[in-house]
Amino acid sequence: MTQVLINAPKTAKKGEVIELKALILHPMETGFRPGTNGRLIPRNIIERFAASWNGNEIFRMEFSPAIAANPFVSFFAVATEGGKITFRWTGDEGFAVEESVAIDVA
Amino acid sequence: MLLPAVFAASFALAQASADKTAADKRRSGYQDMGAALQKMQDDDTANPGMLFVQLGQQLWAKPAGAANKACADCHSLADMKGVAARYPAMAKDGDKPIDLEGRVRLCRTVNQQAEPLAPESRELLSLAAFVANQSRGLPIAPPDDPRLAPFRAQGAAIYQRRQGQLNLSCAICHDDNAGKKLAGVTIPEAHPTGYPLYRLEWQALGSLKRRLRNCLIGIRAEAYPSDAVEYVALEIYLMDRARGMVFESPGVRP
Amino acid sequence: MPGTKEAKKEATKEGTTRRTFIAGAALVSVLPLSPARATPQAMAAAIKEVVGDNAILEGRVTLDLPPLIENGNTVPVTVSVESPMSEADHVKAIHVFNEKNPQPHVFDVRLSPRNGKAVVATRIKLGDSQKIVAIAETSKGEFFSASADVIVTLAACLEDLT
Repeated sequence: MTQVLINAPKTAKKGEVIELKALILHPMETGFRPGTNGRLIPRNIIERFAASWNGNEIFRMEFSPAIAANPFVSFFAVATEGGKITFRWTGDEGFAVEESVAIDVA
Repeated sequence: MLLPAVFAASFALAQASADKTAADKRRSGYQDMGAALQKMQDDDTANPGMLFVQLGQQLWAKPAGAANKACADCHSLADMKGVAARYPAMAKDGDKPIDLEGRVRLCRTVNQQAEPLAPESRELLSLAAFVANQSRGLPIAPPDDPRLAPFRAQGAAIYQRRQGQLNLSCAICHDDNAGKKLAGVTIPEAHPTGYPLYRLEWQALGSLKRRLRNCLIGIRAEAYPSDAVEYVALEIYLMDRARGMVFESPGVRP
Repeated sequence: MPGTKEAKKEATKEGTTRRTFIAGAALVSVLPLSPARATPQAMAAAIKEVVGDNAILEGRVTLDLPPLIENGNTVPVTVSVESPMSEADHVKAIHVFNEKNPQPHVFDVRLSPRNGKAVVATRIKLGDSQKIVAIAETSKGEFFSASADVIVTLAACLEDLT
């Protein structure tokens, strides 16, 4: 069960600049850290986080191993029209998680 | 009492109901953190501990074991309010006290008749965090159960006793030198106000037991086995010592 | 309490020694696999890749990090860029670099007028006290930057690995 927490307003005025926050459960294992057996623990990170608004990409972020475990991202967007905001995380070991929230824009 | 604005804002209500007097100088580890980490704890969509609370909420509703019952089938969520603020408690029909994680594990095996949850496992911590979160903002209120008294005394004795290769007691750091620096870190007063909590050092949620074990290793003492009553005794003592302070789980700490 | 002070000193010394040892051990085992460890030079090279021969201008960018970092595993960071965020003049990208983690790149963000505000916040890992640099690339092809020197404190009591 991948856990995701999204903070987005449910309603916004047309043209309003809103803050979007997203938090996801992920170890962000750097690949530079030795385990208890002295061997390096293989890298396992999220490589990319993207957000789209009714299917159009509005934000994209490339992660490195230096992003903290359980990554948190906050960014802004202009509320243009009502619909769906989709957040997508992809990374090592086939990691792919998508979460959407609905927004009303008046 | 002068408090940082963020703390005053987020805890104002709880503080009022927690019967705190102006003379109470006890400090939660929360108050020793910088503004950025306080903000991380205060915002439920920024506090990584809330990821585990959310998982716990899902597990709470999920049937398990031969009884095919979920936690929610027996317990109303409203009844969970205040539970974490008064644990550890005596196990029903038992002669030993158990902490909140112990209570969840017992329910799991006895009532749900399911595979035991491993100590410090994500499932156990998440369930405990979900239950603990129902008590957020309440004052810590250990029960007046006379059966707990000898364990509280045992915990107090461990707290005062020097041990380990560094020959330190809990009290030397957390009473005598609290507020001073150790390797650049402020030594906290060791009030267990936020457990289970998200510790940045762990990059995960962890229990008070893990924190105590961490301290024992820090003073180069031999850690107790994970099911040792000594941990629960220490927890009982520490919760009594923090009586009336505001319960914060899931806390965030460095 | 006689003896306490000595013991405490010892604790600090021991803690640092062990952390240094672990860091050293990690370095030794990492080196053969990853010769390009971040250094001020590696950071400069990574910045050069983004900026090319363009001038890097001061101003417009604010890089917000706590002055004293309580744990390098999770460090809140906010980058804000002054920009009208219009079609004609907006921030296209924000790049963040460091000089001492194993790799110089921290993160890259793509923005457009659709964002309204060129502000992004996240949490990063910092292995040690060092300099962090944020660079904003505008739609007009300009590069603005800000940097911050941060102090990362080491945990006093380390948990064993088992």
